[in-house]
Amino acid sequence: MEQTVWIIILVIAAANYLFRVTPLLLLSRFRIPPSWIRWLGYVPVAVLAALVAPEIFLKGDILVLTPENKNLIAAIPAFGVAVKTRSLLFTLLAGVASMALLNSLP
Amino acid sequence: MNKNHFFLGARDALPIVLGYFPLAMTFGVLARSSNLSLDQIVAMSLMIYSGSAQFIAVSMLGSGATPPGIIATILLVNSRLILLSASLAPYLPRMAAPVLSFLAHGLTDETYAVAVSRTGEPPPTRWYLSGLFITSHLAWVGGSALGGFMGALLGDTSRWGFDFALTAMFICLLIMQLKNNITIAVACLAGLISITAATMLGRGWNIILATVLAATIGVLMEKWNKPSG
Repeated sequence: MEQTVWIIILVIAAANYLFRVTPLLLLSRFRIPPSWIRWLGYVPVAVLAALVAPEIFLKGDILVLTPENKNLIAAIPAFGVAVKTRSLLFTLLAGVASMALLNSLP
Repeated sequence: MNKNHFFLGARDALPIVLGYFPLAMTFGVLARSSNLSLDQIVAMSLMIYSGSAQFIAVSMLGSGATPPGIIATILLVNSRLILLSASLAPYLPRMAAPVLSFLAHGLTDETYAVAVSRTGEPPPTRWYLSGLFITSHLAWVGGSALGGFMGALLGDTSRWGFDFALTAMFICLLIMQLKNNITIAVACLAGLISITAATMLGRGWNIILATVLAATIGVLMEKWNKPSG
């Protein structure tokens, strides 16, 4: 496990450096097709939705849409605060406080 | 003269430092509560140096995703760095390859934005960029180390609701990405595909599968919206 984490870190680090350095070195010889740029523009929103949805709708690997699913309940105030404030800090606090409250319930 | 440019860059990094330090501390605390060691936390901030990648890695390690799934997902997320680097390239004419190779590692969304705001005549010097990039990177590494250290003192943070912190952060980042109907549609699709794949195939590959499909459909929807263009 320990070793696996290190391998993951090193592979990502190497790839990140290549992503950062290659276009700078190739300068004008490097042209990115516009359709690829548009596609890359949708990657962040898609990744985030793909990360969040299972975290809040699944418990284990099963769809749970009842109040038994604490993540789903805690997500409601987090979404509200995120829409209202667009602040990472406030959303984090709202989510964590809701979860702490839910954890303290019997 | 060179020294002055370095300090000018470092000064321009201050707003970035104020943003990075608390975020990096949050990363350190959360990574520590996902059982990463302090070495690993500092190594990530030093060598990967990408907030989204590091938070996603911690979240996926915590959810028990397979290593190839984690790596593939993060490579996809970070492929954006190619765009940043490519769009900075024209602003740095006549810089030698070794200098560019050194500066490249300091490139992030934020340092790119500040560097580009300083372009023009004369273009930013390598000393200015070194000051800007090194200061920002130090704030990121320092914040992570402090957060990792604090996380070790806090112990098990799940009872304080910290287990939901990453999800809450991703929720806010997701909301900030919703700019028009197509991005909302892409988000809904990605979420649905991700859940379906996670229940049928298990965790790990659901994220990359959902991202590739939903982003492709997003590009297609753009084309349908503007059939003439």
